[in-house]
Amino acid sequence: MFDGPEPIYLQIAQMIRGQVLAGDLAEEEQVMSTTQLATTFRINPATAQKAFGQLVDEGVLYKRRGLGMFVAPGARTRLLDQHRAAFFDDVLRPALAQADVLGISADEIVAYVRGDSGDSGGSTPHPRKDG
Amino acid sequence: MPTPEPFGARLDDVVVRYGRATPAQEPAHDPGQRDAATALAGATVAFRPGVITGVLGRNGAGKTTMLQLLAGLTRPTSGTVVVGPEGALGDPWEDARLTSGTQLVRESGDLMEDERVRTSLGYYAAVRPCWDEELAGRLLDRFEVDVRKKPTALSRGKLSAVGATVALASRAPLTIFDEVYLGMDAPTRYAFYDEILADYAAHPRTILLSSHLVEEAERLFEDVVVIDRGRVLLAESADEMRSRGFSLTGPASAVERAAAGRRVLHRQQLGGTVQLTLEGTPDDGELAAARAAGVEVGGVGLQDLFVRLTEPRAEHVAPNSKETVR
Repeated sequence: MFDGPEPIYLQIAQMIRGQVLAGDLAEEEQVMSTTQLATTFRINPATAQKAFGQLVDEGVLYKRRGLGMFVAPGARTRLLDQHRAAFFDDVLRPALAQADVLGISADEIVAYVRGDSGDSGGSTPHPRKDG
Repeated sequence: MPTPEPFGARLDDVVVRYGRATPAQEPAHDPGQRDAATALAGATVAFRPGVITGVLGRNGAGKTTMLQLLAGLTRPTSGTVVVGPEGALGDPWEDARLTSGTQLVRESGDLMEDERVRTSLGYYAAVRPCWDEELAGRLLDRFEVDVRKKPTALSRGKLSAVGATVALASRAPLTIFDEVYLGMDAPTRYAFYDEILADYAAHPRTILLSSHLVEEAERLFEDVVVIDRGRVLLAESADEMRSRGFSLTGPASAVERAAAGRRVLHRQQLGGTVQLTLEGTPDDGELAAARAAGVEVGGVGLQDLFVRLTEPRAEHVAPNSKETVR
């Protein structure tokens, strides 16, 4: 876990964003404390704090004095908007670039997305041998 | 008892030479050369108060000497060593105010050989103003140490566990673990990391953890100091150190193209798949290009970076090989 090239606090922030997006963490729900986060993932408490700081700045979490960190109202909607905006650049563009390298045509991709690949068996088309 | 203010610590141009080295024996032709009797050859470093710092170095790099200086167990041949609360740092040598606030433990547990463990623990409790007897008891239970035994009747792992207990229960504003966890088995090590984090979160203090084996412990560190051949190679935050390298894994040709112009710290090949450890941080363009080419981009652990940075050899990928990509 957390073995990407980014600093660990960013990877933790990303994990929590993912939980909010997926609805695993509901709005107004309390998230783990710094100490819980630190001991759960065996990370320095300062790293955990930095991740929380980042998410507070983004408006994903907010702090209730003396109680801890909570998911901010509207956090999921805001994250959805941001991630939808980034989806094409961050997810689809590399996938399409890879398709280009592999010689997969736009038609094949569109057919796959629409689910009418011509293969009656399932939604996963067989890879083409040519190209 | 309130948690005392964490200690800072600083070394300035510290040289430590063991034995009776005379000036005539020094290799005058090459001042960078270190002879066998020189443990530290001009080390300068500052440890931030209230932070967990990993002190990394190969065997014989000078880690133990540096930590013993901070604990007031030895004195530098030249240079200055100071520890203490902010604004009141001083030479720890024979200074009761500073040494009572500093607890160094080693793998041996530093216990009296011919006394029961319980007796030694009593002495530690007596000289550590913030000693937490309840915590000590809980840790000894968790580590399953029989305090009625003498140290000679305990395994290497149990002695380390006693050392860890002493260090944590002391709640010293400067707590130093010198290679303490090497003798512990895996479950005990994990328990040890968890106990450090939990107690540090509740009672912030300055913690130094030295080792040449850090893979499991490296996420505990906020700062890292790397010592190499008696000198401080780097002293920075763990995040900064991690940003010194990244890895690319994938088909050989794609990885080589993505690595163009970067210094290669390490290369591993398995059939057509190559993993390169490269110096620096990938920018967004490089990340996107690598991923688009089917190359996996990963982080590099402090352990690997430390190994690579303390070995002098490294190759370069020709910078112009990038031209063939576009």
